[in-house]
Amino acid sequence: MPDLSKPDQTQPKLAPSTPLNPRRRGIVVGASGGIGAALSRKLAREGFTLALVDRNKSALQSLCDEINQTAGGMRTLIYECDVTEYDSVPDSLRRIIADLGGLDTFVYIAGVIYFPAMDEFNFAEDHKMMEVNLLGAMAWMSAVAPLFQSAKSGQIVGVSSVAGDRGRIGNPGYNASKAGLTNYLEALRNRLSRHGVNVLTVKPGMVKTDMLKLPGAPKPVLALDPEQVADLIWNGMKKRKQTIYVAGIWKWIMLVIRHIPSVIFRRLSF
Amino acid sequence: MDITKNFIQLENFGHSLSASAYLVRPANSEEIYSIFQRAKKMELSVTARGAGRSYNDAALVGGGIVMDMRGMNAITSWDNSTGLITAQPGATLEQIWHQVEPDGWWPPVVSGTMKTTLGGCLSANIHGKNNFKMGTIGEHVVEFTAILPTGAEITCTPKKNADLFYAMISGMGMLGIFVSITLQMKRIYSGLLSVDALPVQNLHGHLAALLDGAPDHDYIVGWLDCLAGGKSLGRGQIHATRYLHEGEDPNPQETMKLSNQSLPSRIFGVFPKSLLHYFMSPFINNFGTWGVNTAKYIASLRRHTFRQSHAAFHFLLDYIPDWELSYGRGGLIEYQSFLPKETAESAWTEILKLSHKNGLPPYLGVTKRHRPDKFLLTHAVDGFSLATDFKVTNNNRAKLSRMLQDFDRIVLQAGGRFYFAKNSETTAETTASFYGAETIAKFKKLKKRCDPNGLLESDLYKRIFTD
Repeated sequence: MPDLSKPDQTQPKLAPSTPLNPRRRGIVVGASGGIGAALSRKLAREGFTLALVDRNKSALQSLCDEINQTAGGMRTLIYECDVTEYDSVPDSLRRIIADLGGLDTFVYIAGVIYFPAMDEFNFAEDHKMMEVNLLGAMAWMSAVAPLFQSAKSGQIVGVSSVAGDRGRIGNPGYNASKAGLTNYLEALRNRLSRHGVNVLTVKPGMVKTDMLKLPGAPKPVLALDPEQVADLIWNGMKKRKQTIYVAGIWKWIMLVIRHIPSVIFRRLSF
Repeated sequence: MDITKNFIQLENFGHSLSASAYLVRPANSEEIYSIFQRAKKMELSVTARGAGRSYNDAALVGGGIVMDMRGMNAITSWDNSTGLITAQPGATLEQIWHQVEPDGWWPPVVSGTMKTTLGGCLSANIHGKNNFKMGTIGEHVVEFTAILPTGAEITCTPKKNADLFYAMISGMGMLGIFVSITLQMKRIYSGLLSVDALPVQNLHGHLAALLDGAPDHDYIVGWLDCLAGGKSLGRGQIHATRYLHEGEDPNPQETMKLSNQSLPSRIFGVFPKSLLHYFMSPFINNFGTWGVNTAKYIASLRRHTFRQSHAAFHFLLDYIPDWELSYGRGGLIEYQSFLPKETAESAWTEILKLSHKNGLPPYLGVTKRHRPDKFLLTHAVDGFSLATDFKVTNNNRAKLSRMLQDFDRIVLQAGGRFYFAKNSETTAETTASFYGAETIAKFKKLKKRCDPNGLLESDLYKRIFTD
């Protein structure tokens, strides 16, 4: 992976932010995936200048070209980065903020999933999910949070999952990574809200992305398109919500599931 | 020193633009140099910030290092026999006039607010209502010392290091950071000024009154009712002002006392002015301003002469504290154009008509008389300036932006110029067009010499000098 702490001369020069063409500045980590790309397009349409961060450089490049062509003018920069390289995060973040010309919004969407068989315990895959879904988020947010706390403004969006609400027989490792992320975001919110910083936890149910095409993936139930998810996340961001379920119906489904007593829950087959 | 510890959200004056950056507050030249070195290592841009009174991005650098110069605000020497004052760049005009006025001196050039810092005043090379007579503030700088990003500390006078003297003053802080400034004050013989107030019926009369009134006065300024159209387009009121001669004020010691200069904090002695901006808010729209302007114009029809304190005459922007908040959440922008006296009338007629056609009239218009100067990035012309304030809202941004682009074209065609403490939308192409290639090449050559690593880059610099 390239060293992000140094300026990349190949990056285009962004259009200036002026009172009549003001730009909010955002970072999207995990931008090339299904929800990440859809949300990046949405934020660009809403007037953001964006830094798109992902492992997949070619996907980033085509997303960046597409956004810059449709949004009119230079609006996005790209950064090839593996979120599990934790130590380089503070320097990379400082470079990105300098390139963007400030920072108003930080979004973490990077996530991986592995669907184990019912009797399978696979620590290697669990480890990867913890690294990308939880530790990567903590590494980036640990660098972003003190800046927003100091600035007394900003918004952090973490895309967790309904899967973090309960530990199910289907996927202990994924459940744990998302439960950890949900809990981490809640704690972050409790720390930062008194400093004027909004932390939004997004809990998608099923979304029609490549994740659902992986081997062992369940059949889609109430699945949304990534574009619908992006619209709902943007609504939550605008209203500075704390937690949103997408689609909204999951709020009620998970309310019921969260209250199923263990004596019953451990006998269920999902 | 960790220069990236204090991340904060900064705004322009007018609250219409914000950017987050790392704020540092150096106390001396050594600290400034050490900030330069650290910023260079991290490859971050640096800019100096004084009182933050620019209407645009001159004192912002999003994601970079903003040096708050107000930690260096001492007046280091004052000689009341020669009128020479030396101060650090963070000292404000308020500090300066408080120091010199009781001794019978006044800063030769001041801005419309006394909150500005000397460093900022020199960087923008500010002018006052006496530009036609006294020039810009740079013409009264006897000497300054600055630290360059290379670490060199240089002293400039109009003779010594003259190229840098004429470029750093007006250079918007992009060549180096002032650390000490010596200015020549002007003798006064009273704490009062004599103001002639006269109405003008239209733009032709307005500009003629500025032109004809200037030679016989020390200051001249016009208020232009930007909402009046038709035959009354450009109507307003002129304030032509002169110093009192020696002996004219029977008791100058008394009128020059600071207590007789300070602006009242209450209206009619009871109502606190700090609350006034809430009551102005309902009038900051087309209808409200039309009413206020019409009433003001009718009141101005009486031609009269009165005496006013220096502070009350000069610092109109400080008269109502936080007045800019009355423009609401989107804030305000200022659009100021400088035009030669031959083309001003037709260009501004076109501009004002265009603003009426778009339903976006400026809510304030102020005119002044100007003369050219020798500074490299000069904004002055032998002619006039018209400064206009526009309210920014979510709904009018796109339309206002298009209209100001049209204004830029009209001003450029008429041989006009712009001023970098004010306009926020000027593009690199417009800048290149009115400065011309030669001036820009000269500036960039100096930039290369003073700042080879390109450390000093404000958002303004990135906007107007982009390659």
